[in-house]
Amino acid sequence: MDVTLARAWLDAAADAIAAQADQLTTLDAAIGDSDHGVNMKRGFGAVRTALDGAAPDGVGAVFTLAGSTLVSKVGGAAGPLYGSALRALGKSLPDGPQVDAAAFGAGLRAGLEALRKLGGAAPGDKTIVDAYLPAVDAYDAAVRQHGGDADGGLAAAARAAATAAAEGMRATVPLQARKGRASYLGERSIGHQDPGATSTWLIFQALADAVAP
Amino acid sequence: MKKFINHPDAVVREALVGLAAAHPELRVDLEQQIVVRADAPRAGKVGLISGGGSGHEPLHAGFVGLGMLDAACPGEVFTSPVPDQILAAGKAVDGGAGVVHIVKNYTGDVMNFQLAAELSADEGIEVHSVLVDDDVAVEDSTWTAGRRGTGATMLVEKIAGALAEEGGDAASVAALGTRVNEASASFAIALSPCTTPAAGRPGFELGEDEMEVGVGIHGEPGRRREKLLPARDIATMTLEAILAAKPVAAGEDAIVLMNGLGATPLIELYLLYGEFAGLLESAGVRIARNLVGNFVTSLDMAGMSLTICRADPELLRLWDAPVRTPALRWGV
Repeated sequence: MDVTLARAWLDAAADAIAAQADQLTTLDAAIGDSDHGVNMKRGFGAVRTALDGAAPDGVGAVFTLAGSTLVSKVGGAAGPLYGSALRALGKSLPDGPQVDAAAFGAGLRAGLEALRKLGGAAPGDKTIVDAYLPAVDAYDAAVRQHGGDADGGLAAAARAAATAAAEGMRATVPLQARKGRASYLGERSIGHQDPGATSTWLIFQALADAVAP
Repeated sequence: MKKFINHPDAVVREALVGLAAAHPELRVDLEQQIVVRADAPRAGKVGLISGGGSGHEPLHAGFVGLGMLDAACPGEVFTSPVPDQILAAGKAVDGGAGVVHIVKNYTGDVMNFQLAAELSADEGIEVHSVLVDDDVAVEDSTWTAGRRGTGATMLVEKIAGALAEEGGDAASVAALGTRVNEASASFAIALSPCTTPAAGRPGFELGEDEMEVGVGIHGEPGRRREKLLPARDIATMTLEAILAAKPVAAGEDAIVLMNGLGATPLIELYLLYGEFAGLLESAGVRIARNLVGNFVTSLDMAGMSLTICRADPELLRLWDAPVRTPALRWGV
């Protein structure tokens, strides 16, 4: 994972979120307050602008700036949650223009932990965590299996993470929300796919697409 | 969607331009997206700061002024403000006595105010917080994000604002705000959903003969949907829900806020208030003070919320204290 790939991932995530903004908003309208698509689009657009302006030369610095931008520009719950995750990812990486697949995986997990610390969600609460946690677990398992590949297993791990995130996202449908605004609905939240888990899948799918276009 | 707007992305900013034009006595900082009392910071006075998603006007910017808020931080529509905004408000109003954040209990608001409190502390600003969670339609359990902050927010802002104006210290102002919240309960019913400018379509569908019971102020659906009932039955149902959660005994005083959610005409709010006044009188509860109007709204949602705050002489005295803001003014 180098600076170019880090930027390509965040660009692909911004494109995917912009393309799916209406879909995210529709999901949020069902069990939340109809702002997830708009906010994520605004936030990842701001990330692109910030990275274009500052052009950080370290991988960690790319993610730290992206995270800080989300925290300071997005508002709502998504801004602090994704922002904290990306900032923790950036801060956990060793300095330099390149990190290996295992270090990047440890960074993804540090991001998950920061997000869970801020949001307090457990697996099964029908949140971002339900896509993010299986994605990181699948990523790590793939790195262990494909660590001998030329890229240290990054491509295989990114693919595995995207697949696991998609499964986790779909598995939120029958869950009853216990965190965030959807929790107000009680049983009425059952039967709807969680918008946060959906945007998490988009971000992991963007990683897989950026790693192996 | 039919709205008086130029572009969905510009609604919040352009409304602030209008607020500034209408109220030159306020400082509207378009860059930081904050609304500040013109005389802030006042040396030795606790700075009262609130904020939240836009779309609930006049909450919060309409309550900035003498005897109420020192600053408001409007976020995007139904989206909490960001930590930088709240920090900027703190810097603008801290007169050395610290600031009090009044935060409605929503996941995003709580997170952003928490991050802002940490940033403010780093800058040497003492921060106390009041969490408002008066909406009894939501079960308060470990299995939800907890009760939502709704109508009681303006009661907290008014009463805590009066104490801050009198020179109360930050801890006392925050403790009083928490006491007002604990004494208050709200319940809302919608007759139509609302449409955010960015989404361009209603947040939920509601049949011609249906009402959403226990609705939130963001167009989020309520806990159940029922056939529309006569106003008298709706009033009975609403009052029962409120008093079951926060009883007010016969002979006690109450402050009653009959609030419209944006698209319900005053004639209906007065009709409802008449029902509530009759029911409360039968229960022996004394309506010591009341407000009828649109104070905590949900864009163009048709609906109402009732807030009842069990009051004591101190709360009533502070309620009566002078206030001069765009949306609330008396005694000056």
